[in-house]
Amino acid sequence: MESKTTQPIQGEGKTNKMIALNLLMATIGVYLWWTVYQVLPNLSKWLTYNLLQIQKGSHLGSSVEFFFYDTPKVMMLLFLVVFGVGIIRSFFTPEKTRAFLSGKSEFVGNIFAALLGIITPFCSCSAVPLFIGFVTAGVPLGVTFSFLIAAPMVNEIALGLLYGLLGWKVAAIYMGTGLFIAISAGWVIGRLKLENHIEDWVTQSNAANLTMEEEKLTWNDRIIYGWDAVKEIIGRVWIYVILGIAVGAGIHGFVPEGVMASIMGKGSWWSVPLSVVIGIPMYSNAAGVIPVVEALLGKGAALGSVLAFMMSVIALSLPEMVILRKVLKPRLIGVFVGVVASGILFVGYLFNIIL
Amino acid sequence: MDIKVLGPGCAKCKKTEKLVQEVIKEIGVDATVEKVSDMMQIASYGVFGTPSVIVDGKVKCTGKVPKKDDIKNWLLNK
Repeated sequence: MESKTTQPIQGEGKTNKMIALNLLMATIGVYLWWTVYQVLPNLSKWLTYNLLQIQKGSHLGSSVEFFFYDTPKVMMLLFLVVFGVGIIRSFFTPEKTRAFLSGKSEFVGNIFAALLGIITPFCSCSAVPLFIGFVTAGVPLGVTFSFLIAAPMVNEIALGLLYGLLGWKVAAIYMGTGLFIAISAGWVIGRLKLENHIEDWVTQSNAANLTMEEEKLTWNDRIIYGWDAVKEIIGRVWIYVILGIAVGAGIHGFVPEGVMASIMGKGSWWSVPLSVVIGIPMYSNAAGVIPVVEALLGKGAALGSVLAFMMSVIALSLPEMVILRKVLKPRLIGVFVGVVASGILFVGYLFNIIL
Repeated sequence: MDIKVLGPGCAKCKKTEKLVQEVIKEIGVDATVEKVSDMMQIASYGVFGTPSVIVDGKVKCTGKVPKKDDIKNWLLNK
């Protein structure tokens, strides 16, 4: 009995020390991060024009400089954002989200579902069990869709990168419109009463009765969780990031100023649907698309068209459709694609008009 | 001991299966590992995320790659 009462206190002292140590290391880390971040513009110039001896003002020069500047910058931003998001995510689990959503009325449910879709951690291959878990627990179909649409549409890593590369306005527009699409698309799908277009085996499976004991996480566990997220996500996306930056660098150096304005500009009505159509088969992820977005905007492409492109790359990917086909009948997939695509088109046109 | 690793076959699921196999070898317990990749079967266990690990019918973890130490714990004090 005695050991049981003393042990937690000892344990607490140990974790307090760990927290202090972690805080100290975090402070030093942030300071180093900031210092390196500040020297990047000069470093990339020096590498391009002094070390590699590329001529200043040439196409190649501005491409290479963009690449040397953006690669460490995006990687550093990614590191910070993923770590922060990892810690926030340790507070949310799909189980909690489901329990929270199952009692909500439809419209309010759509709003909460979209917000929770942004921060609840789950990988795309979990979309199917998650879908089944939600639907069999009595979460309305439309609310489930708000969740499933918001999750890829408003990617919190994309949000962090947009904020770091293009400023808070673009980040806020991205989040606001993404939420709007997730909420309204889910609501529309709910109104259409398509419950009978879910594959039969889903509603027949008795999946809802599982209860799991909840894990108790300490702050130390959450920091480890953040670190694991950094290792896992950066390990997976770095190649997309490099490819994205290389494409962005090519656009930055070699595409003349006015060309993008005529293809993806405000004036041409077809630029928004074209951006969506080009975006769907391009399977990348948020971290890879954003350097391309950055370069396109720099060349005079309109924000609405670029947003539409980015959203269709992230939210309407073909692999995702193949996964969802396991639980949804073709017609419901069609409705899903149609509703999300209309939402993206709407956002694209809206921003081309008002900005 | 009967262990099931649930997952459609993504990188995380494969890693989880590999870790479980490694731990079994390390601590030398008698266990069979079955990889469940069929969506309908996965759904019937009621888990929300994959990879999931089920030891003798009890769900031990869902939606993440478990740590080796966790797996050891599950196998030793089941």
